Amino acid sequence: MSDKVHVSFTVNGEAVDVLVDPRELLIHTLRERLRLTGAHIGCETSHCGACTVDLDGASVKSCTVLTVQCQGAELITVEGLAGPDGLHPLQAAFVQEHGLQCGYCTPGMLVRGWRLLQDNPDPSEAEIRFEMAGNLCRCTGYQNIVRSVRRAARELRGEPVAEGEAATE
Amino acid sequence: MIPGRFEYHAASGVDEALRLLSELEGERALLAGGHSLLPMMKLRFAEPAHLIDLGKITELKGIREEGGELVIGPMTTEAELLASDVLARRCPLLPEVARQIADPQVRNRGTLGGDALHGDPANDHPAVLTALDARFVIRGPRGQRESAADGFYLGPYLKDLGDDELVTAIRIPIPAPGHGHAYCKLKRKTGDWATAAAACILELAEGRVQRVRLTLTNLGPTPIRVHDVEDLLTGEPLDAGRIEQAGQAAAAATDPAEDLRGSPEYKAHVAGEMTRRALRLAQERAEGGAR
Ligand SMILES: Cc1cc2nc3c(=O)[nH]c(=O)nc-3n(C[C@H](O)[C@H](O)[C@H](O)COP(=O)(O)OP(=O)(O)OC[C@H]3O[C@@H](n4cnc5c(N)ncnc54)[C@H](O)[C@@H]3O)c2cc1C
Ligand code: FES
Ligand code: FES
Repeated sequence: MSDKVHVSFTVNGEAVDVLVDPRELLIHTLRERLRLTGAHIGCETSHCGACTVDLDGASVKSCTVLTVQCQGAELITVEGLAGPDGLHPLQAAFVQEHGLQCGYCTPGMLVRGWRLLQDNPDPSEAEIRFEMAGNLCRCTGYQNIVRSVRRAARELRGEPVAEGEAATE
Repeated sequence: MIPGRFEYHAASGVDEALRLLSELEGERALLAGGHSLLPMMKLRFAEPAHLIDLGKITELKGIREEGGELVIGPMTTEAELLASDVLARRCPLLPEVARQIADPQVRNRGTLGGDALHGDPANDHPAVLTALDARFVIRGPRGQRESAADGFYLGPYLKDLGDDELVTAIRIPIPAPGHGHAYCKLKRKTGDWATAAAACILELAEGRVQRVRLTLTNLGPTPIRVHDVEDLLTGEPLDAGRIEQAGQAAAAATDPAEDLRGSPEYKAHVAGEMTRRALRLAQERAEGGAR
């Protein structure tokens, strides 16, 4: 019973091929087989969003996806956000606006915030809060996370934000 | 937390899924978005020997209009309900509900069918589909049949659906133009299930209630359609006194279980308030006010 299954997909643009038990969750394949340890395990019950990755253009909680469901999928993890020139503007904004305290939720926040800005380059604060609601920060430092996303949105739209200038309305 | 062992089958179409359902030995489960089933499997509340994944079946997806009805594939995600232009125009109650379910990541995976057919009394779509007079189109070894959402739910996780049957579509009569709608849900926090919620579809004619549907979520073993309240309101003007009476009657019609979200008394109280809010909001919308 439960023979292993070959699954092929791409992660951060690279093709991979894994042999997994059907019950293996995507978060474990990413962390333990592919050594992509950016996505974290928080609650394991699809509440906290620490395990968020991008699956075929949508944010998902990888603790509640089976790897076998990802045949042919395109995945992006936090490791795929930075480019050859360094940090992605959203990552830089988290540094500038102190969007991380202990950092545990940060990879999930970044992948989710990145997708949000792909879908909506000019989100209002209310939209950011609604769209980031699946990501919990156990330090509850949401204010700076929202500011970080706002700053990144402005920078990605080509409106430079001066050092020290809070990315508020 | 990892699910127990099972054999995985990715069904390529409805026929194959039906064949797998009837041929495989042992407990079989259908996998839609997985956000109810996989957590239950992690906790060993469910230990199917076979998992039949519906994820690749395109004929189970999509939203279309057909002869005065909306036909929605059960594998349509909450995110797709939220983004649908057809629903925004024809049946705004559905996206309004989807918006209040879980969070963006869960809505990207969770499906209308999975929510409506899982049988959890706390899920939002069962009461909403009941208010909309929806019907499930069901296929099984004995052919195709339909079952109305009103009456489909028999108890927690118990429904009028055989082990070897599959829902292939959800059909919803398009609500009358100018109808009012509302889904009022109290939850403890973003992304939570309802402490109590009320769904309402309302048609007014010359200031009087011509037709009303009122249903409640998480207030009994199944969704509750409050016939008494519907009767109380039909043919009457919807004034503050009536709305108050309706709220009290709805609270009295509940049979909630005690859980983390509150005592039966508290939930019944919230049911009354959600009913009053749903009626007021649906009335405002029917009169052309709030959208
Ligand atoms: C953090 C979190 C918060 C949530 N909050 C809410 C909430 O506020 N309100 C709410 O309503 N839900 C909530 N949910 C549940 C979520 O909406 C689920 O995704 C949904 O209830 C089940 O849909 P699914 O597509 O994931 O189904 P799955 O879990 O894949 O399937 C559930 C069951 O549905 C049945 N099924 C599915 N498709 C068919 C079919 N075509 N024919 C026959 N049977 C079928 C099967 O029995 C299957 O086992 C929440 C979930 C999480 C993880
Ligand atoms: S670990 Fe996946 S949502 Fe918390
Ligand atoms: S920064 Fe501590 S959990 Fe978010």
